[in-house]
Amino acid sequence: MIEIQNLTKKYGQIVAVDNLNFTVERGEILGFLGPNGAGKSTTMNMITGYLPSTEGTVKVSGYDIAQEPNEVKKRIGYLPENPPLYTDLTVDEYLSFVSELKKVERSKREQQISDIMELLKITDVRKRLIRNLSKGYKQRVGFAQALIGNPEVLILDEPTVGLDPNQILEVRNVIKDLRKEHTIVFSTHIMQEVSAVCERIVIINKGKIVAVDTPENLSKAITKNSRFTIKIAGVKASVIGALKAIDGVKNVEVSDKVEEDVYEYIVDSDKQVDVRKPIFFAMAKLGFPILETKEEELGLEEIFRELTTKNIVVSTESDNSKQDASGEAPEEDDQAEEKEVE
Amino acid sequence: MLSVYKKELRTYFYSPLAYVLSGIFVLVFGIYFLTQTMSKAGQGIAQIVFGGQLFFASFWLVMLIPILTMRVFAEERKNGTEVLLMTSPISVPQIVIGKFLAAFTVFLTMTALTAIFPIIISISGDLVISNTLSSYLGFVLLGASFVAFGLFTSSITESQIIAAVLGTVTLFFILLIDQLKTLVSGIFLKIINQLSLYEHYKQFVQSVISLKDIVFFVSLTGMFLVLVMIVIEKRRWSQG
Repeated sequence: MIEIQNLTKKYGQIVAVDNLNFTVERGEILGFLGPNGAGKSTTMNMITGYLPSTEGTVKVSGYDIAQEPNEVKKRIGYLPENPPLYTDLTVDEYLSFVSELKKVERSKREQQISDIMELLKITDVRKRLIRNLSKGYKQRVGFAQALIGNPEVLILDEPTVGLDPNQILEVRNVIKDLRKEHTIVFSTHIMQEVSAVCERIVIINKGKIVAVDTPENLSKAITKNSRFTIKIAGVKASVIGALKAIDGVKNVEVSDKVEEDVYEYIVDSDKQVDVRKPIFFAMAKLGFPILETKEEELGLEEIFRELTTKNIVVSTESDNSKQDASGEAPEEDDQAEEKEVE
Repeated sequence: MLSVYKKELRTYFYSPLAYVLSGIFVLVFGIYFLTQTMSKAGQGIAQIVFGGQLFFASFWLVMLIPILTMRVFAEERKNGTEVLLMTSPISVPQIVIGKFLAAFTVFLTMTALTAIFPIIISISGDLVISNTLSSYLGFVLLGASFVAFGLFTSSITESQIIAAVLGTVTLFFILLIDQLKTLVSGIFLKIINQLSLYEHYKQFVQSVISLKDIVFFVSLTGMFLVLVMIVIEKRRWSQG
C-alpha cells in the first residue's frame, strides 16, 4: 500500500531523514515512533507530498508521489502536527470546504460530513467558529478533515496531542475501527499508544530507522536479560544465597516484603538460560515454597529509551536489511530539530 | 479552483476587512468628488470628466489593495493551513488563481460601489459615458495588477504586516517613477513611459483604449501570479 524506498531529506548539510525503507500493508496500522526532532513529521510531510524528498521514492497504491502527485493525494488523508484549520470558518463550513477540495461528489458530501462528525463526536459544535473551540475539539476537527473523502490511507501526526484521557481513548478506538477500511500510519512519542493500537512499529531516531517490528518482537529482541519476579517463603539470606548460586542468574534483589519471611525477589538472568527449573529445585531442596513466579516483559518505554539513546540498530525485518548496522555516531541534528518544528 | 475561490470570498466577507476597505474607499472618493464638483459647479463648468476622478482614486489603491491581499498567503503559512491545500488534489496554479479571483472580486465590488458618482453626475448634468467606461476599464485593469502584486508580497512572508507594508511601499515607488520623467529625456523617458503603470493607465482615462495597454496590464497581472506560484513551489523545496 505504501512503499518507501531510500527516502532522504537534506537541508543543506543537515540530514533530517536518512535513507528510510519500509512498507505498510493494506489495512495495517503502523506506529511511527521517535523522540522529538527525529524526523517523523518530515517523513510524513514527504509521504503526503507536502515536501519533496531529496532522494528516494514514496509510492502509495503503486503511484509515485513525485510522478503522479494528484493520484496519491486523492488517496491520502493527512492530519499534520498542527491541524490545518481555518479558524474564521465554522466547523460545518470548514468541512464542506475540505469536501470540495478533496473532490467528494456533491450528493455524498452532506452525509459523509455528518457521519464523520458523529464518529468524532463534534456534531454539537458544528455551527461554531473553529476559533472558539477548545484544543481537544480543534484536534478532532483536524482529524475529521483527514477522514473526508474516505481516503484509503490515513497519515496522522500525533493525533492524540491535546486531548484529555477520555478523548484519547475515544480517538484510539476510532483509529482501531478505521483499520477495517484504511491503512494507517500514525506517529507519536507516547508508548502506550503504540502498544494499544499498532500492529507494527517503526522507531526512528536522528532520521534513521532503528527498529521495525511488532511491539512484542521488539521487546524480545532488545532484552538480553530475562527478568523474573518471584515470591518465596523462606529465610531471606539463604534464599538469596541459593538463587545467586544458580548458573545463569546475574543479579538478585529483594523488592518487597510481603509478610514475615515472605519476600518478593527480582531475578535477572541470561536470556539464553531458562533458570526457572533450577530455581524450583534449589528452593525445593531448601524447603522454601515458591508462591509466585512472573516473567517481566520489558516495556516499550524501556525499549524506546534503549533504542533512541544508544546507537543500537535492530533489524528484525528483511526489508530493513539495507539499514547499516555499523552503529556509527549520527550527525548532530539539533538544527534539523528546530526546522522540523516549523 | 472554485472551492478555493468560494472559501476565500467567504472569508473576505465574514471579516470586517472588506467592508471597512470599501467604506474608506467610497468615503474618500466621495469627499474628493464633492470638492471637485462643487468647485467646478461654482465656475459654471457644465461638463465633468469623471475619468479624472477615477484617476485620482487609483492612488488610494496603492494603500488599500495591499491591505486587502496581505493575509491571503501569509496567513495560510502562519496557521499551517497551507499543508491542507498542498496535500489536496489541487495544483498550485489552481490555488493561486482561485485566490486571485476572490481578491479581484472584492476589488470589483469596491469599484462597483463608486458607480454611484457617475450616476449622480448623469442625473444632474452631462456624463461623458464613453470616457467613464474607458476609465473604469483602465481602473479595473490597474487594480488587477495591484491585486496580483499584493498576492505576491503576501506569498513571500509569514507576516501580514510586512506583506502590506512591502506592497504599499513598492507600489508607491512605482508611482514615483512617473516623477522621474521630469529629470530624464530621450531613451530613458521612453523606457519610463513604457514601464510606468500610470502612463498606461492614463491612456484609458483619456478615452484611448488600445490593445497595447490592455496587454500591458494583463501580462503584468499574469507575471505576478506566476511569481507567486514560483515562490510557493520554491519554498516547498527549501523549507522544513
